[in-house]
Amino acid sequence: MNKPNNDQNRVIAEEVTLRYDYALGEVAGRFMDGLKEGKILATRCSKSALTYLPPRAFCERTFEKCDSWVEAGLEGVIETSTIVVRGFEGKRKPPVAIAYVRLDGTDSAIANYVDGLDLTDQNAAMKRIAPGKRVRVQFAEEREGRITDFSFVCVYPA
Amino acid sequence: MTETVAVLGTFQTPFRTRHLDHTFAEQAQLAAVGAMNDAGMTPDDVDAIIFSLAPSHFMGVADADRWSLDYVFGAGKPVMRVHTGGATGGSAVQAGYNLIRSGLYRSVMIVGAERIAETPDAQKVLNLIFDQFYERDMPLSTNTTVALWATAYLHRHGFTQEDMARVVVRARRNALKNPNAHLKGDVTIEEVMASPMISYPLKLFDICPRSSGSAAMILGNMDMAKSFSTRPAFINGAASRTTTYWLGDRMTPSTDSEYFDCKIMEQVGQFALRNARITDPLNQIQVTEFYDPYSIMTPIQLEQLGFCAPGTAYRLEREGYWNVEGGAVAVNPSGGTLCTNPIAVTGLVRAIDAANQIMRKAGTMQVPGVKNAVSSSVGGIAQFYNCTVFGDEPRGH
Repeated sequence: MNKPNNDQNRVIAEEVTLRYDYALGEVAGRFMDGLKEGKILATRCSKSALTYLPPRAFCERTFEKCDSWVEAGLEGVIETSTIVVRGFEGKRKPPVAIAYVRLDGTDSAIANYVDGLDLTDQNAAMKRIAPGKRVRVQFAEEREGRITDFSFVCVYPA
Repeated sequence: MTETVAVLGTFQTPFRTRHLDHTFAEQAQLAAVGAMNDAGMTPDDVDAIIFSLAPSHFMGVADADRWSLDYVFGAGKPVMRVHTGGATGGSAVQAGYNLIRSGLYRSVMIVGAERIAETPDAQKVLNLIFDQFYERDMPLSTNTTVALWATAYLHRHGFTQEDMARVVVRARRNALKNPNAHLKGDVTIEEVMASPMISYPLKLFDICPRSSGSAAMILGNMDMAKSFSTRPAFINGAASRTTTYWLGDRMTPSTDSEYFDCKIMEQVGQFALRNARITDPLNQIQVTEFYDPYSIMTPIQLEQLGFCAPGTAYRLEREGYWNVEGGAVAVNPSGGTLCTNPIAVTGLVRAIDAANQIMRKAGTMQVPGVKNAVSSSVGGIAQFYNCTVFGDEPRGH
Protein backbone atom coordinates (compact mmCIF):
# COMPACT_ATOMS: atom_id res chain seq x y z
CA MET A 1 0.00 0.00 0.00
CA ASN A 2 2.87 2.39 0.71
CA LYS A 3 4.64 1.50 -2.54
CA PRO A 4 4.56 4.51 -4.89
CA ASN A 5 2.82 3.79 -8.15
CA ASN A 6 4.02 5.95 -10.99
CA ASP A 7 1.87 4.40 -13.70
CA GLN A 8 0.47 7.40 -15.59
CA ASN A 9 -2.45 5.29 -16.75
CA ARG A 10 -3.90 5.02 -13.27
CA VAL A 11 -5.99 8.16 -13.59
CA ILE A 12 -9.62 8.87 -14.43
CA ALA A 13 -9.68 11.53 -17.16
CA GLU A 14 -12.38 14.16 -17.49
CA GLU A 15 -12.87 17.33 -19.51
CA VAL A 16 -15.10 19.98 -17.92
CA THR A 17 -16.84 22.57 -20.11
CA LEU A 18 -18.73 25.35 -18.40
CA ARG A 19 -20.57 28.23 -20.11
CA TYR A 20 -21.21 31.64 -18.62
CA ASP A 21 -23.10 34.80 -19.57
CA TYR A 22 -21.67 37.53 -17.35
CA ALA A 23 -24.12 40.38 -16.71
CA LEU A 24 -22.37 43.68 -17.46
CA GLY A 25 -24.54 45.85 -15.24
CA GLU A 26 -25.07 49.58 -15.72
CA VAL A 27 -21.54 50.85 -15.10
CA ALA A 28 -19.57 48.37 -17.21
CA GLY A 29 -22.39 48.48 -19.78
CA ARG A 30 -22.01 52.23 -20.23
CA PHE A 31 -18.21 51.85 -20.47
CA MET A 32 -18.60 49.25 -23.24
CA ASP A 33 -21.12 51.45 -25.09
CA GLY A 34 -18.54 54.25 -24.87
CA LEU A 35 -15.94 52.06 -26.55
CA LYS A 36 -18.28 51.57 -29.50
CA GLU A 37 -18.43 55.38 -29.82
CA GLY A 38 -14.65 55.70 -29.61
CA LYS A 39 -14.63 57.03 -26.03
CA ILE A 40 -12.97 55.76 -22.84
CA LEU A 41 -15.45 56.59 -20.08
CA ALA A 42 -14.44 56.92 -16.43
CA THR A 43 -16.48 57.74 -13.32
CA ARG A 44 -15.68 60.57 -10.94
CA CYS A 45 -16.47 61.19 -7.30
CA SER A 46 -16.78 64.91 -6.59
CA LYS A 47 -16.14 64.43 -2.87
CA SER A 48 -12.75 62.70 -3.22
CA ALA A 49 -12.04 64.31 -6.64
CA LEU A 50 -10.85 60.88 -7.83
CA THR A 51 -11.57 59.64 -11.35
CA TYR A 52 -11.77 55.86 -11.65
CA LEU A 53 -10.85 53.81 -14.69
CA PRO A 54 -12.14 51.09 -14.94
CA PRO A 55 -15.26 53.01 -13.83
CA ARG A 56 -16.75 52.30 -10.42
CA ALA A 57 -20.28 52.87 -9.12
CA PHE A 58 -19.01 53.94 -5.70
CA CYS A 59 -15.86 55.74 -4.62
CA GLU A 60 -13.95 53.24 -2.52
CA ARG A 61 -12.31 56.00 -0.47
CA THR A 62 -15.32 58.09 0.50
CA PHE A 63 -18.09 55.48 0.13
CA GLU A 64 -20.03 58.09 -1.84
CA LYS A 65 -21.61 57.38 -5.18
CA CYS A 66 -19.45 58.33 -8.16
CA ASP A 67 -21.61 61.20 -9.39
CA SER A 68 -20.39 61.91 -12.91
CA TRP A 69 -19.04 60.31 -16.06
CA VAL A 70 -16.01 61.86 -17.72
CA GLU A 71 -14.11 61.08 -20.91
CA ALA A 72 -10.56 59.95 -20.15
CA GLY A 73 -7.75 61.44 -22.21
CA LEU A 74 -6.69 59.33 -25.17
CA GLU A 75 -3.05 59.56 -24.13
CA GLY A 76 -1.43 58.50 -20.90
CA VAL A 77 1.61 57.23 -19.07
CA ILE A 78 2.76 53.63 -18.59
CA GLU A 79 2.86 52.63 -14.92
CA THR A 80 4.27 49.18 -15.73
CA SER A 81 4.54 46.72 -18.60
CA THR A 82 5.64 43.24 -19.63
CA ILE A 83 6.11 41.17 -22.74
CA VAL A 84 4.32 37.86 -22.31
CA VAL A 85 6.47 35.30 -24.09
CA ARG A 86 4.69 32.11 -22.99
CA GLY A 87 0.99 32.81 -23.31
CA PHE A 88 -1.97 30.54 -22.98
CA GLU A 89 -4.88 29.34 -25.08
CA GLY A 90 -7.74 31.62 -25.96
CA LYS A 91 -5.70 34.84 -25.85
CA ARG A 92 -3.64 36.59 -28.51
CA LYS A 93 -0.72 34.50 -29.74
CA PRO A 94 2.50 35.31 -27.82
CA PRO A 95 4.73 37.22 -27.69
CA VAL A 96 2.47 40.14 -26.77
CA ALA A 97 3.16 43.36 -24.87
CA ILE A 98 0.74 44.50 -22.17
CA ALA A 99 0.81 47.59 -19.99
CA TYR A 100 -1.07 49.31 -17.21
CA VAL A 101 -1.59 52.90 -18.34
CA ARG A 102 -2.90 55.90 -16.43
CA LEU A 103 -4.80 57.87 -19.05
CA ASP A 104 -4.68 61.65 -18.72
CA GLY A 105 -7.34 62.96 -16.36
CA THR A 106 -7.75 59.69 -14.45
CA ASP A 107 -6.39 58.49 -11.11
CA SER A 108 -5.99 54.77 -11.78
CA ALA A 109 -4.35 52.63 -14.43
CA ILE A 110 -6.08 50.29 -16.88
CA ALA A 111 -4.56 47.28 -18.65
CA ASN A 112 -4.43 46.56 -22.36
CA TYR A 113 -2.21 45.28 -25.15
CA VAL A 114 0.50 47.54 -26.58
CA ASP A 115 0.53 47.31 -30.40
CA GLY A 116 2.97 48.46 -33.05
CA LEU A 117 6.09 47.23 -31.23
CA ASP A 118 8.81 45.17 -32.86
CA LEU A 119 9.02 42.24 -30.43
CA THR A 120 11.93 40.47 -32.13
CA ASP A 121 14.29 42.38 -29.79
CA GLN A 122 12.50 42.18 -26.45
CA ASN A 123 15.05 44.20 -24.52
CA ALA A 124 14.67 47.07 -26.96
CA ALA A 125 10.88 46.75 -26.91
CA MET A 126 10.81 46.81 -23.09
CA LYS A 127 12.77 50.10 -23.16
CA ARG A 128 10.10 51.63 -25.41
CA ILE A 129 7.36 50.66 -22.93
CA ALA A 130 9.27 51.25 -19.68
CA PRO A 131 7.41 52.89 -16.77
CA GLY A 132 6.99 56.59 -17.49
CA LYS A 133 6.75 56.29 -21.30
CA ARG A 134 3.72 57.82 -22.99
CA VAL A 135 1.25 55.89 -25.10
CA ARG A 136 -1.98 56.74 -26.88
CA VAL A 137 -5.22 54.85 -27.31
CA GLN A 138 -5.82 53.23 -30.70
CA PHE A 139 -9.37 52.06 -31.39
CA ALA A 140 -10.15 49.03 -33.55
CA GLU A 141 -12.07 49.80 -36.74
CA GLU A 142 -14.73 47.21 -35.95
CA ARG A 143 -15.87 47.58 -32.34
CA GLU A 144 -18.10 45.22 -30.37
CA GLY A 145 -18.26 46.82 -26.92
CA ARG A 146 -15.41 44.83 -25.41
CA ILE A 147 -12.11 45.83 -23.76
CA THR A 148 -10.26 44.58 -26.86
CA ASP A 149 -11.91 47.41 -28.86
CA PHE A 150 -8.82 49.42 -28.08
CA SER A 151 -5.11 48.99 -27.43
CA PHE A 152 -2.16 51.26 -26.75
CA VAL A 153 0.57 52.42 -29.12
CA CYS A 154 3.72 54.35 -28.29
CA VAL A 155 3.44 58.13 -28.73
CA TYR A 156 7.08 58.59 -29.69
CA PRO A 157 8.82 56.62 -32.45
CA ALA A 158 11.61 54.18 -31.58
CA MET B 1 -8.43 37.79 28.89
CA THR B 2 -6.66 36.09 26.02
CA GLU B 3 -5.00 32.69 25.82
CA THR B 4 -1.37 32.08 24.87
CA VAL B 5 -1.20 30.04 21.65
CA ALA B 6 1.43 27.35 21.07
CA VAL B 7 2.38 25.11 18.16
CA LEU B 8 2.22 21.52 19.41
CA GLY B 9 2.75 19.41 16.30
CA THR B 10 3.52 19.76 12.60
CA PHE B 11 3.79 17.56 9.53
CA GLN B 12 4.41 17.95 5.82
CA THR B 13 4.77 15.42 3.03
CA PRO B 14 7.47 15.60 0.38
CA PHE B 15 6.33 17.91 -2.42
CA ARG B 16 6.54 17.04 -6.10
CA THR B 17 4.56 17.60 -9.28
CA ARG B 18 2.21 14.67 -8.72
CA HIS B 19 1.39 12.09 -6.06
CA LEU B 20 -0.18 9.18 -7.95
CA ASP B 21 -0.22 6.92 -4.90
CA HIS B 22 -3.00 8.79 -3.06
CA THR B 23 -6.21 10.70 -3.79
CA PHE B 24 -6.52 14.31 -2.67
CA ALA B 25 -8.46 13.38 0.46
CA GLU B 26 -5.99 10.63 1.37
CA GLN B 27 -3.20 13.17 0.86
CA ALA B 28 -4.84 15.48 3.40
CA GLN B 29 -5.26 12.53 5.77
CA LEU B 30 -1.52 11.77 5.70
CA ALA B 31 -0.88 15.26 7.05
CA ALA B 32 -3.58 15.04 9.74
CA VAL B 33 -2.22 11.71 11.00
CA GLY B 34 1.34 13.00 10.81
CA ALA B 35 0.67 16.12 12.88
CA MET B 36 -1.29 14.20 15.52
CA ASN B 37 1.53 11.66 15.80
CA ASP B 38 4.04 14.48 16.09
CA ALA B 39 2.06 16.07 18.94
CA GLY B 40 1.27 12.73 20.59
CA MET B 41 -2.45 13.43 20.17
CA THR B 42 -5.49 11.46 19.08
CA PRO B 43 -8.50 12.94 17.23
CA ASP B 44 -10.30 13.40 20.58
CA ASP B 45 -7.59 15.86 21.64
CA VAL B 46 -8.42 18.16 18.70
CA ASP B 47 -11.41 20.45 19.32
CA ALA B 48 -11.80 22.02 15.86
CA ILE B 49 -10.35 21.89 12.37
CA ILE B 50 -9.48 24.58 9.84
CA PHE B 51 -9.24 23.25 6.30
CA SER B 52 -6.72 25.15 4.20
CA LEU B 53 -8.02 25.08 0.61
CA ALA B 54 -7.37 27.59 -2.19
CA PRO B 55 -9.11 27.46 -5.63
CA SER B 56 -10.36 23.89 -6.01
CA HIS B 57 -10.25 24.13 -9.84
CA PHE B 58 -6.67 22.85 -9.71
CA MET B 59 -7.61 19.47 -8.34
CA GLY B 60 -11.03 19.52 -9.96
CA VAL B 61 -13.40 18.62 -7.13
CA ALA B 62 -15.38 21.69 -6.10
CA ASP B 63 -15.14 22.47 -2.40
CA ALA B 64 -13.05 19.39 -1.66
CA ASP B 65 -13.10 20.21 2.06
CA ARG B 66 -16.38 18.22 2.05
CA TRP B 67 -14.66 15.21 0.50
CA SER B 68 -11.80 15.44 3.00
CA LEU B 69 -13.81 16.09 6.15
CA ASP B 70 -13.87 12.62 7.66
CA TYR B 71 -10.41 11.78 6.26
CA VAL B 72 -9.00 14.49 8.56
CA PHE B 73 -11.10 13.23 11.49
CA GLY B 74 -13.41 16.24 11.30
CA ALA B 75 -16.81 14.56 11.45
CA GLY B 76 -18.58 15.67 14.62
CA LYS B 77 -16.26 18.64 15.14
CA PRO B 78 -16.50 22.27 14.10
CA VAL B 79 -14.78 22.47 10.69
CA MET B 80 -14.36 25.47 8.43
CA ARG B 81 -12.54 26.16 5.21
CA VAL B 82 -10.27 29.17 4.79
CA HIS B 83 -9.47 30.54 1.32
CA THR B 84 -7.48 33.69 0.56
CA GLY B 85 -5.71 32.52 -2.61
CA GLY B 86 -1.98 32.09 -2.13
CA ALA B 87 -2.32 33.51 1.38
CA THR B 88 -4.66 30.65 2.36
CA GLY B 89 -2.24 28.67 4.54
CA GLY B 90 -1.18 31.72 6.54
CA SER B 91 -4.78 32.85 6.95
CA ALA B 92 -5.73 29.33 8.10
CA VAL B 93 -3.03 29.39 10.79
CA GLN B 94 -4.26 32.79 11.95
CA ALA B 95 -7.89 31.59 12.02
CA GLY B 96 -6.80 28.72 14.27
CA TYR B 97 -4.74 31.10 16.40
CA ASN B 98 -7.74 33.41 16.87
CA LEU B 99 -10.01 30.52 17.92
CA ILE B 100 -7.62 29.45 20.66
CA ARG B 101 -6.60 32.95 21.70
CA SER B 102 -10.25 33.84 22.22
CA GLY B 103 -10.64 30.84 24.54
CA LEU B 104 -13.20 29.14 22.32
CA TYR B 105 -11.20 25.91 21.88
CA ARG B 106 -8.28 24.20 23.62
CA SER B 107 -6.76 22.98 20.37
CA VAL B 108 -7.21 23.39 16.62
CA MET B 109 -5.71 21.46 13.73
CA ILE B 110 -4.96 23.36 10.52
CA VAL B 111 -4.74 20.89 7.64
CA GLY B 112 -4.90 20.88 3.87
CA ALA B 113 -3.62 19.40 0.63
CA GLU B 114 -2.85 20.61 -2.88
CA ARG B 115 -2.72 18.87 -6.25
CA ILE B 116 -2.05 21.64 -8.76
CA ALA B 117 -0.87 19.33 -11.52
CA GLU B 118 -4.09 17.30 -11.52
CA THR B 119 -4.92 19.63 -14.44
CA PRO B 120 -2.58 20.74 -17.25
CA ASP B 121 -4.61 23.98 -17.40
CA ALA B 122 -3.31 25.70 -14.26
CA GLN B 123 -2.58 28.98 -16.06
CA LYS B 124 -6.16 29.00 -17.35
CA VAL B 125 -7.42 28.49 -13.81
CA LEU B 126 -5.26 31.40 -12.67
CA ASN B 127 -6.61 33.61 -15.48
CA LEU B 128 -10.11 33.01 -14.02
CA ILE B 129 -9.23 35.16 -11.00
CA PHE B 130 -9.34 38.26 -13.25
CA ASP B 131 -12.64 39.99 -13.99
CA GLN B 132 -14.33 39.17 -17.26
CA PHE B 133 -14.98 42.75 -18.33
CA TYR B 134 -11.74 44.71 -18.12
CA GLU B 135 -8.91 42.24 -17.61
CA ARG B 136 -9.52 38.65 -18.63
CA ASP B 137 -9.08 39.30 -22.36
CA MET B 138 -5.42 39.98 -21.59
CA PRO B 139 -3.03 37.12 -20.76
CA LEU B 140 -3.11 38.00 -17.06
CA SER B 141 -2.09 35.30 -14.61
CA THR B 142 0.03 35.18 -11.48
CA ASN B 143 3.14 34.92 -13.68
CA THR B 144 2.32 37.92 -15.85
CA THR B 145 1.04 40.19 -13.08
CA VAL B 146 4.17 39.50 -11.02
CA ALA B 147 6.19 40.27 -14.17
CA LEU B 148 4.40 43.65 -14.26
CA TRP B 149 5.34 44.09 -10.60
CA ALA B 150 8.98 43.16 -11.26
CA THR B 151 9.31 45.55 -14.23
CA ALA B 152 8.32 48.50 -12.06
CA TYR B 153 10.33 47.41 -9.00
CA LEU B 154 13.56 46.89 -10.99
CA HIS B 155 13.00 50.18 -12.84
CA ARG B 156 12.31 52.13 -9.66
CA HIS B 157 15.28 50.83 -7.67
CA GLY B 158 17.78 50.28 -10.47
CA PHE B 159 18.24 46.51 -10.21
CA THR B 160 18.68 43.88 -12.92
CA GLN B 161 17.63 40.36 -13.81
CA GLU B 162 20.98 39.16 -12.40
CA ASP B 163 19.91 40.51 -9.00
CA MET B 164 16.75 38.43 -9.25
CA ALA B 165 18.80 35.39 -10.28
CA ARG B 166 20.94 35.60 -7.15
CA VAL B 167 17.83 34.96 -5.02
CA VAL B 168 17.08 31.79 -7.00
CA VAL B 169 20.65 30.53 -6.57
CA ARG B 170 20.42 30.94 -2.78
CA ALA B 171 16.93 29.42 -2.55
CA ARG B 172 17.78 26.27 -4.49
CA ARG B 173 21.03 25.86 -2.55
CA ASN B 174 19.10 26.12 0.75
CA ALA B 175 16.56 23.56 -0.51
CA LEU B 176 19.33 20.95 -0.83
CA LYS B 177 18.95 20.54 2.95
CA ASN B 178 15.15 20.28 2.81
CA PRO B 179 14.03 16.68 2.24
CA ASN B 180 10.52 17.89 1.29
CA ALA B 181 11.51 20.56 -1.24
CA HIS B 182 10.31 20.16 -4.83
CA LEU B 183 13.18 21.94 -6.65
CA LYS B 184 16.72 22.04 -5.30
CA GLY B 185 20.30 22.12 -6.49
CA ASP B 186 23.39 24.12 -7.15
CA VAL B 187 22.43 26.43 -9.99
CA THR B 188 24.45 29.39 -11.21
CA ILE B 189 23.38 32.93 -12.06
CA GLU B 190 24.22 32.09 -15.68
CA GLU B 191 21.88 29.08 -15.64
CA VAL B 192 19.04 31.17 -14.20
CA MET B 193 19.68 33.84 -16.86
CA ALA B 194 19.66 31.17 -19.58
CA SER B 195 16.32 29.68 -18.52
CA PRO B 196 13.45 30.45 -20.94
CA MET B 197 11.78 33.87 -20.73
CA ILE B 198 8.17 33.52 -19.57
CA SER B 199 7.02 37.11 -19.10
CA TYR B 200 9.62 39.87 -19.13
CA PRO B 201 11.65 40.07 -16.83
CA LEU B 202 10.63 36.71 -15.29
CA LYS B 203 12.32 33.60 -16.57
CA LEU B 204 11.43 30.00 -15.78
CA PHE B 205 13.84 29.78 -12.83
CA ASP B 206 12.46 33.00 -11.28
CA ILE B 207 9.13 31.20 -10.92
CA CYS B 208 8.02 28.55 -8.40
CA PRO B 209 7.07 25.02 -9.50
CA ARG B 210 3.55 23.59 -9.38
CA SER B 211 3.73 21.32 -6.36
CA SER B 212 1.50 18.68 -4.79
CA GLY B 213 1.49 17.44 -1.22
CA SER B 214 -0.07 18.16 2.15
CA ALA B 215 0.64 19.70 5.53
CA ALA B 216 -0.86 20.13 9.00
CA MET B 217 -0.15 22.06 12.20
CA ILE B 218 -1.79 21.63 15.60
CA LEU B 219 -2.17 24.67 17.85
CA GLY B 220 -3.15 24.59 21.50
CA ASN B 221 -3.53 26.75 24.58
CA MET B 222 -1.05 26.74 27.47
CA ASP B 223 -2.72 23.79 29.23
CA MET B 224 -2.47 21.71 26.07
CA ALA B 225 1.14 22.83 25.59
CA LYS B 226 1.99 21.56 29.09
CA SER B 227 0.37 18.19 28.35
CA PHE B 228 1.65 17.60 24.84
CA SER B 229 4.87 19.44 24.12
CA THR B 230 8.26 19.76 25.78
CA ARG B 231 9.43 22.58 23.53
CA PRO B 232 6.51 24.33 21.82
CA ALA B 233 6.80 27.36 19.57
CA PHE B 234 4.60 30.27 20.66
CA ILE B 235 2.69 32.51 18.29
CA ASN B 236 3.59 35.95 19.61
CA GLY B 237 2.43 38.09 16.73
CA ALA B 238 -0.07 37.71 13.92
CA ALA B 239 -1.51 40.20 11.47
CA SER B 240 -3.16 40.26 8.09
CA ARG B 241 -4.34 43.01 5.75
CA THR B 242 -6.07 43.20 2.40
CA THR B 243 -6.21 45.79 -0.32
CA THR B 244 -8.24 46.64 -3.41
CA TYR B 245 -8.83 44.13 -6.17
CA TRP B 246 -7.93 46.76 -8.76
CA LEU B 247 -4.23 46.48 -9.59
CA GLY B 248 -4.40 49.74 -11.55
CA ASP B 249 -5.61 51.58 -8.42
CA ARG B 250 -2.46 50.45 -6.60
CA MET B 251 -0.06 51.96 -9.16
CA THR B 252 -0.85 55.67 -9.07
CA PRO B 253 -0.01 58.60 -6.78
CA SER B 254 -3.47 58.58 -5.17
CA THR B 255 -3.24 54.92 -4.12
CA ASP B 256 -4.11 53.68 -0.63
CA SER B 257 -1.66 50.79 -0.81
CA GLU B 258 1.14 50.81 -3.35
CA TYR B 259 1.66 47.63 -5.42
CA PHE B 260 5.29 47.84 -6.55
CA ASP B 261 6.83 48.34 -3.08
CA CYS B 262 3.90 46.40 -1.61
CA LYS B 263 2.86 48.66 1.22
CA ILE B 264 0.39 46.23 2.80
CA MET B 265 3.44 44.19 3.83
CA GLU B 266 4.70 47.17 5.82
CA GLN B 267 1.33 47.61 7.56
CA VAL B 268 1.17 43.90 8.43
CA GLY B 269 4.80 43.70 9.51
CA GLN B 270 4.56 46.68 11.85
CA PHE B 271 1.51 45.22 13.59
CA ALA B 272 2.73 41.62 13.87
CA LEU B 273 6.24 42.55 14.97
CA ARG B 274 5.00 45.06 17.52
CA ASN B 275 2.73 42.34 18.95
CA ALA B 276 5.76 40.12 19.39
CA ARG B 277 7.87 42.93 20.93
CA ILE B 278 10.23 42.93 17.96
CA THR B 279 11.71 46.39 17.51
CA ASP B 280 14.82 45.46 15.53
CA PRO B 281 13.99 42.59 13.13
CA LEU B 282 17.53 42.13 11.84
CA ASN B 283 18.90 41.56 15.35
CA GLN B 284 15.93 39.86 17.01
CA ILE B 285 14.76 37.48 14.27
CA GLN B 286 17.07 34.64 13.27
CA VAL B 287 14.97 32.90 10.58
CA THR B 288 12.42 34.04 8.00
CA GLU B 289 10.17 31.79 5.98
CA PHE B 290 8.67 34.22 3.48
CA TYR B 291 6.10 33.33 0.88
CA ASP B 292 8.23 34.07 -2.19
CA PRO B 293 7.00 32.21 -5.29
CA TYR B 294 8.94 34.70 -7.45
CA SER B 295 12.49 36.01 -7.05
CA ILE B 296 11.13 39.56 -6.80
CA MET B 297 9.12 38.84 -3.64
CA THR B 298 11.95 38.01 -1.23
CA PRO B 299 13.67 41.43 -1.27
CA ILE B 300 10.39 43.32 -1.04
CA GLN B 301 9.40 41.49 2.14
CA LEU B 302 12.82 42.00 3.74
CA GLU B 303 12.44 45.71 3.02
CA GLN B 304 8.81 46.17 4.03
CA LEU B 305 9.17 44.11 7.21
CA GLY B 306 12.07 46.31 8.30
CA PHE B 307 15.11 44.04 7.84
CA CYS B 308 16.62 46.70 5.57
CA ALA B 309 15.67 49.96 3.86
CA PRO B 310 13.47 49.97 0.72
CA GLY B 311 15.48 49.33 -2.41
CA THR B 312 18.49 47.77 -0.65
CA ALA B 313 17.73 44.05 -0.20
CA TYR B 314 19.10 42.99 -3.62
CA ARG B 315 22.31 44.93 -2.95
CA LEU B 316 22.66 43.17 0.44
CA GLU B 317 21.95 39.84 -1.28
CA ARG B 318 25.13 40.38 -3.34
CA GLU B 319 27.03 40.68 -0.05
CA GLY B 320 25.57 37.48 1.41
CA TYR B 321 23.41 39.16 4.08
CA TRP B 322 20.56 36.69 3.64
CA ASN B 323 22.62 33.48 3.62
CA VAL B 324 21.91 30.73 6.15
CA GLU B 325 25.60 30.46 6.94
CA GLY B 326 27.41 33.71 7.59
CA GLY B 327 24.41 35.93 6.87
CA ALA B 328 22.71 38.47 9.12
CA VAL B 329 19.46 36.50 9.09
CA ALA B 330 18.73 33.06 7.61
CA VAL B 331 16.24 33.85 4.84
CA ASN B 332 14.16 30.82 3.89
CA PRO B 333 16.45 27.98 4.98
CA SER B 334 13.85 25.62 3.47
CA GLY B 335 14.38 27.07 0.00
CA GLY B 336 11.04 28.81 0.37
CA THR B 337 8.22 29.06 -2.09
CA LEU B 338 10.58 29.51 -5.06
CA CYS B 339 11.41 25.82 -4.63
CA THR B 340 8.04 24.44 -3.49
CA ASN B 341 4.57 25.86 -4.10
CA PRO B 342 1.56 23.72 -3.19
CA ILE B 343 -0.69 26.81 -3.30
CA ALA B 344 -3.42 25.76 -0.83
CA VAL B 345 -0.93 24.82 1.87
CA THR B 346 2.13 26.92 1.00
CA GLY B 347 1.45 29.51 3.70
CA LEU B 348 0.94 26.64 6.16
CA VAL B 349 4.27 25.09 5.14
CA ARG B 350 5.96 28.47 5.65
CA ALA B 351 4.50 28.61 9.18
CA ILE B 352 5.54 24.99 9.87
CA ASP B 353 9.10 25.59 8.67
CA ALA B 354 9.35 28.71 10.87
CA ALA B 355 7.83 26.99 13.94
CA ASN B 356 10.02 23.89 13.50
CA GLN B 357 13.11 26.13 13.74
CA ILE B 358 11.89 27.31 17.16
CA MET B 359 11.01 23.75 18.24
CA ARG B 360 14.46 22.49 17.11
CA LYS B 361 12.72 20.11 14.72
CA ALA B 362 14.02 21.51 11.45
CA GLY B 363 16.43 18.59 10.97
CA THR B 364 19.18 19.30 8.47
CA MET B 365 17.74 22.81 7.96
CA GLN B 366 18.08 23.70 11.65
CA VAL B 367 19.63 27.10 12.30
CA PRO B 368 21.32 27.29 15.73
CA GLY B 369 19.98 29.53 18.50
CA VAL B 370 16.63 30.52 16.98
CA LYS B 371 14.56 32.61 19.41
CA ASN B 372 12.22 34.31 16.93
CA ALA B 373 11.15 33.28 13.44
CA VAL B 374 8.70 34.88 11.07
CA SER B 375 6.52 33.38 8.32
CA SER B 376 4.32 35.09 5.74
CA SER B 377 1.93 34.45 2.91
CA VAL B 378 0.74 36.45 -0.07
CA GLY B 379 -2.42 35.90 -2.09
CA GLY B 380 -4.58 37.26 -4.87
CA ILE B 381 -1.82 39.27 -6.62
CA ALA B 382 -0.68 40.72 -3.28
CA GLN B 383 -4.26 41.59 -2.37
CA PHE B 384 -3.94 39.49 0.78
CA TYR B 385 -0.90 39.51 3.04
CA ASN B 386 -0.31 37.98 6.43
CA CYS B 387 2.61 37.52 8.75
CA THR B 388 3.05 35.34 11.85
CA VAL B 389 5.83 35.65 14.44
CA PHE B 390 6.91 32.55 16.37
CA GLY B 391 9.02 32.64 19.54
CA ASP B 392 10.69 30.21 21.95
CA GLU B 393 8.73 31.71 24.82
CA PRO B 394 5.52 33.75 25.09
CA ARG B 395 6.34 37.40 24.41
CA GLY B 396 4.06 40.37 24.26
CA HIS B 397 1.02 38.49 25.54
